[in-house]
Amino acid sequence: MPSLEFEGKSYEVDEEGYLMDWSVWNQGMASIMAKEDGLELGEEHWDVIKFLREYFEKYQIAPMIKILTKELKKKYGKEKGSTKYLYELYPAGPAKQACRYAGLPKPTGCV
Amino acid sequence: MANKPKPDELLSNINYKPPRTQWTDTPVEFKKGYYCYAGRPNNLEYISLPHGRKWSSTDDDWQLVDNWKEIFLEGMENLLKKFRSFRLFMDICVRCGACADKCHFFIGTGDPKNMPVLRAELLRSIYRRYFTISGKLGKIAGARDLTEDVFKELWYYSYQCTECRRCSVFCPYGIDTAEITMMARELINLLGCCTDWISGPLANCYRTGNHLGLQPHTIKSNFEYMVDDLEEFTGVRVEPTFNRKGAELLFVTPSADFFAEPGMFTCMGYLLLFHKLGLDYTWSTYASEGGNFGLFTSNEMMKRINSKIYAEAKRLGVKWILGGECGHMWRVLHQYMDTMNGPADFLEEPVSPITGTKFENAKSTKMVHITEFTADLIKNGKLKFDKSRNDHIIPTFHDSCNTSRGMGLFEEPRYVINSVCNQFHEMPENTIREQTFCCGSGSGLNAGEIEELRLLGGLPRANAVKYVKEKNGVNMLSCICAIDRAVLPPLVDYWVGDVDVCGVHELVGNALIMEEGEKREIDLRGEPLPGMEEKEEED
Repeated sequence: MPSLEFEGKSYEVDEEGYLMDWSVWNQGMASIMAKEDGLELGEEHWDVIKFLREYFEKYQIAPMIKILTKELKKKYGKEKGSTKYLYELYPAGPAKQACRYAGLPKPTGCV
Repeated sequence: MANKPKPDELLSNINYKPPRTQWTDTPVEFKKGYYCYAGRPNNLEYISLPHGRKWSSTDDDWQLVDNWKEIFLEGMENLLKKFRSFRLFMDICVRCGACADKCHFFIGTGDPKNMPVLRAELLRSIYRRYFTISGKLGKIAGARDLTEDVFKELWYYSYQCTECRRCSVFCPYGIDTAEITMMARELINLLGCCTDWISGPLANCYRTGNHLGLQPHTIKSNFEYMVDDLEEFTGVRVEPTFNRKGAELLFVTPSADFFAEPGMFTCMGYLLLFHKLGLDYTWSTYASEGGNFGLFTSNEMMKRINSKIYAEAKRLGVKWILGGECGHMWRVLHQYMDTMNGPADFLEEPVSPITGTKFENAKSTKMVHITEFTADLIKNGKLKFDKSRNDHIIPTFHDSCNTSRGMGLFEEPRYVINSVCNQFHEMPENTIREQTFCCGSGSGLNAGEIEELRLLGGLPRANAVKYVKEKNGVNMLSCICAIDRAVLPPLVDYWVGDVDVCGVHELVGNALIMEEGEKREIDLRGEPLPGMEEKEEED
């Protein structure tokens, strides 16, 4: 199994680099993952990550994109509540990339 | 896929020239993008599948148990005894090749082992060797020893078949190659080699009642968002109920319908329709999945996943069950449910509470398909539509493999679409109805890691969409399956472009007149309806 090295410790991740245990996550891990993708995490990125983690804690699943955009709109204003905005922040897709940085399991998509 | 090849590039890689060596002497090459990740031990344990372990299909050593061969052959013997069709299909193939070029995976990959006849031969050669007298002659009789390499090859190609059954339509003997794949996968599961994409959703389904793993409060919250949206778009506030005892009907649909776009828009269509009818129905957070990944895992798994539908109907005391737009869900409901988990003698024979129509075809299963239900309402003049609200949509219809070849549902969806849309164009004859081409991702193959395989498998379907787009200006691919709704958007985006995907009841919801004189300026996606504002001014 592949792993993520962080502060001298090794954490188990899946084939695509998602943490196997979401509870061991911390902010530094997100920064490392982003760096590998050539991204620097700004305040806007953290807003999304924060929301994803809060939602996951309550519902044990990542939110559907619709909920994510609606809630971001409510919290941070209209221009931050669109799918387009999310793709600007997370070019590889808000569901996949942002969830990975947030330490959540890989979204299963629709089955 | 990180570095997705361009369509032209992918297309030019398709090579129909078979290798010079015999198929038995051509070793399998595990190509990246063509095999799924291995199932995780915790998920396998959750669904009582044996021999879970951490492994990868690209490892040299698959860590099979010592007596794996014995387990496989004993399992095969059991299946041969249990299912007469299996033995028959193993025996009667004359290798005429009528199926060879009917498979979307063969058309898309050019890999000879994706010809249904040869895919089946992978298992058939083992059958001959161990279960027939002539097989003792070995290679000359088309038999081969079961080795680890033979097992790996069987695994690789068993997950390159979507069990769509298009090949079986053309087989002069009526061999159902999908059933052969089902048997192969059942044997694979005896050795703990289920894929992650199948075992994950199954474990979710055991735990929460649905493949996505939505818990009751999550389902309720998702509905609240949809209800708010509907009110914003239509001015109508619908009030769905959950787990309500004493409701007349239980409604079961795939969980993706209340989780992701564009399935959600279909779900909003159901909600509007039921509200308009004043239907006495309930949703269930327990029977919250119509789909059944057990269908492509094992007979027992399918039965266990399906059992919650009748159990919930009984607990809630409903009269009968209405089912939403889903593909493989309906293969299970239509062909297996009543004998597998029935008889459902605690339910009544389905009668529409609105029209009084008796659904004779559902007498035994007690479960009616939503397009049958809606088509009957329309036929009896119970619904009014403003078709012009769908004028920005020029739809075609993709028959799902399972509703078409698995239950013969051809006319109802088309009747409904034509009743709510002014325009409709069929794709070419050999790509629809019982000859429909698979989306390329059915039977648990909707995994991200095999995107290249799925794009190639979906090529024949996409090609037909491209044809009607260019010929008739089609801009919407409608369908009645949740897997379709999940996988067709990226597929047509890749091969065709500028064509969207929707469920049939999204179109219904758009056109349905809830109240005389109501104004509808936006569709169920929240997009402004072109021309509607001018029209009101004229009025």
